Amino acid sequence: MQELLEVTEAGLYCAAGDFYIDPWRRVPRAVITHAHADHARTGCSRYLCAAPGKHVLRTRMGSNATIDTLRYADSTTINGVRVSLHPAGHVLGSAQVRVEHAGQTWVVTGDYKLQADPTCQAFEPVACDVFITESTFGLPVYRWPEPETVAAELNAWWRANRDAGRASVILAYALGKAQRIAALVDPEIGPIVAHGAVMKLVEAYRASGIRLPSIDRVPPAARRVGGGRALVIAPPSVLGSPWLRLFGESAIAVASGWMTVRGVRRRRNVEKGFVVSDHADFPGLLAAIEASRASRVLVTHGFADILARLLRERGLDARPLATRFTGEALGDTADDDGDEV
Amino acid sequence: MKAFTELYWRLDATTKTSEKVAALRDYFAQAAHADAACALAVLCGGRQLRAVSTTDLRQWAAETAGLPVWLVEESYAHVGDLAETLALLLPDPDPEAVEESAAPGLAAMMQDTIHALRGLDSCGKQEIVRATWQRLAPRERIVWHKLLTGGLRVGVSRTLVARALADLAGVEPAVMAHRLMGDAASDADGFAQLLTPATAADDRRPYPFFLASALDQTDVGAVADDLGPVHEWQAEWKWDGMRAQLVRRGADVTAWSRGEELVNEAFPEIVSAAALLPAGTVLDGEILAVGRGDAGGPISLLGFTALSRRSGRRRVPKKLLAEYPCWFVAYDLLEHDGEDIRSLPLVERRQRLDSLVPACFGAALAGSLPDRAVLSRSPLVTGDSWEALARCRAESRTRGVEGLMLKRRTSGYAAGRTRGEWWKWKIEPLEIDAVLLYAQAGHGRRAGLHSDYTLGVWDGDRLVTIAKAYSGLADAEIVELDRIVRATTLERHGPVRICAPTVVLQLAFEGVAASTRHKSGLAVRFPRIVRWRRDKQPAEAGTLADLRRML
Repeated sequence: MQELLEVTEAGLYCAAGDFYIDPWRRVPRAVITHAHADHARTGCSRYLCAAPGKHVLRTRMGSNATIDTLRYADSTTINGVRVSLHPAGHVLGSAQVRVEHAGQTWVVTGDYKLQADPTCQAFEPVACDVFITESTFGLPVYRWPEPETVAAELNAWWRANRDAGRASVILAYALGKAQRIAALVDPEIGPIVAHGAVMKLVEAYRASGIRLPSIDRVPPAARRVGGGRALVIAPPSVLGSPWLRLFGESAIAVASGWMTVRGVRRRRNVEKGFVVSDHADFPGLLAAIEASRASRVLVTHGFADILARLLRERGLDARPLATRFTGEALGDTADDDGDEV
Repeated sequence: MKAFTELYWRLDATTKTSEKVAALRDYFAQAAHADAACALAVLCGGRQLRAVSTTDLRQWAAETAGLPVWLVEESYAHVGDLAETLALLLPDPDPEAVEESAAPGLAAMMQDTIHALRGLDSCGKQEIVRATWQRLAPRERIVWHKLLTGGLRVGVSRTLVARALADLAGVEPAVMAHRLMGDAASDADGFAQLLTPATAADDRRPYPFFLASALDQTDVGAVADDLGPVHEWQAEWKWDGMRAQLVRRGADVTAWSRGEELVNEAFPEIVSAAALLPAGTVLDGEILAVGRGDAGGPISLLGFTALSRRSGRRRVPKKLLAEYPCWFVAYDLLEHDGEDIRSLPLVERRQRLDSLVPACFGAALAGSLPDRAVLSRSPLVTGDSWEALARCRAESRTRGVEGLMLKRRTSGYAAGRTRGEWWKWKIEPLEIDAVLLYAQAGHGRRAGLHSDYTLGVWDGDRLVTIAKAYSGLADAEIVELDRIVRATTLERHGPVRICAPTVVLQLAFEGVAASTRHKSGLAVRFPRIVRWRRDKQPAEAGTLADLRRML
């Protein structure tokens, strides 16, 4: 029997509607959950994304891309298949894709989180028959601290560095994490500056109406930017590059869900790790799966086999689904858009 | 428990010695003596006993967290540390219970939640473990799990602990290291004793080592010009061992490395031999690993690699004692009959040494020493001209030594490096042209620059690694090489970049030995870069066969 959504060479495909969701090849019609590089690739003829994500997707796909938008919860019909987008809480404009056809409803989560995030709309559960979920942090050791707790830790770290005359460099994905960090910290502590890759998206967030504190672009070839007081937000790829020397003496931290684990913190060879993730933690994944009321669950990128096994033991029809999505990269210093600095 | 947990995480967070010592000092300064004694046993004691099996612990954690055991196993496989895995997946503790449990110190905690488990059945143990989980925050749980399973390792040496405690007690680190020998402080009283002020009786300190300067001249005429008449100099072999002082004072012997580390435990045979010296004796010399021949036959030098199997140990297995016996070869006497004689001229100190230590290491090497003397004196190298000494020096490699030591006969034993009195006249290093294969970013000043290089030579048509080298290039060259490394990276493994072979570096080293660490099966000693051979292509680099010839 033909499934409503299937993984093909080009990506997750809806044959009935002849469109793809987050394809990894150039296709005529792509529905995009969010603009991270493993979900949104350039070169498709037409993109559809949630309205709040338009500026962000434009930044990544280029000015020539044809981007249609849909407000959250509005629906459209593509070749007789009903498609609607619902907040996924991952980054600005991220969406779960609901696909309905011939009495069947599927939801593709893309990446999502349940935690509060002032820079994007909160995750909303969508009832469906088949739920395709990510599983980046699908192990019970991953449980996120409250955002206020992390904010307090971040502020204390920045303040201590500032008092010691050292810049505070925090490595975070240029899209989403960087803006969330800027919104989490207390801008009274000192100036916030950001790498060019981050600034592009800060501008896209501002153009989309998201309020962020004042952030300055790091000027090229400057010296001791911020005078040892600044919080510097940069993509992970700057680690080990001469760019970091612009700030004089500095403390370097990574913001990632993987920072939960001590061994990972040590391997990354940075002083400090903050547990901040735009993905659901283990309880979050289980809560979202339950809220979908789906009887069938397909588990993609992350700990797919493990999560699917646990769900089967709990009475669901669950199996892993192989895709080319990567989620939050573990231990590697590439940014989500893969560019090296 | 809270304070000890803080200590654990401070130690874990840094690789800097000074920060580790500061963390230890802060902990010991505030800890009750009973807790401090406990911490001392945990930090530098031997093996800790396991109070519960990890299988039980996993089972109970799975039940408490409402997870299947296989999922706990999968989590462990991912995290790589059982203590941490369990701490992370257990439900959050009861905040009120955590508040209350802040009070008990390490000693009480160990007594009530670890030692108390011994002799209990599984149910009894489980009850205590579950109750403890309820009152510990995740950070504390990790440390407690490690104590519980006997697996707490924090990367502090006894020397670091001694430094911290010495600072606290206001005594010399050497005095503290001596006080910490054995099981000195197993309870509160014992710990209090550690912190008492120093008395004359516990002075076991070595003297500051006198270091020789390198004599870079290879030309005999130039040496003669620099040093003057040959009869003003005493020549000795420069041994390829570990510089050490033997201090025989009061009732015992202490052996100290040049880093002022107490090495008694690593070399028990030397310590017992030195016990026969009269009290009030301090010898300066070299610890060497020797191969015993047949009874009455000559012994041989085993070299630095063999010695490194013995050094740094706190307990030496019998097998290693037999396989790599270590001897002490004395070349100077610093204290005689309890008197500091460092200001006497070398010839006079040497005469006293000769009468104090009659056995000569040279005789042992020649097979003419009837008794195997673990403690002997270093032979003098005689030559009535610089040319004669140069000929001796040329034999160094076949003799397994590094060259000659030249000491002015009138010299006193100074502290540190005083130029002009003692020279090391080493043989020229061996050299090979090697290809840059991997590079890793450096630390400190070189952070972010790929300045740690792994080099290889040809084995047939493939390149095999032989050495890691850090030093030798100019800063500008390092920056340039960093750009080449980035541009020619084939693969990245964490911080290590595998590069396409394009760069040839001339490598100098002191010797070649068999190794399991490098793919080549060989390792070179003290490798350093001499120069960047821009004139050479990788195909022109050295081969494994070249290196084998230098073995």
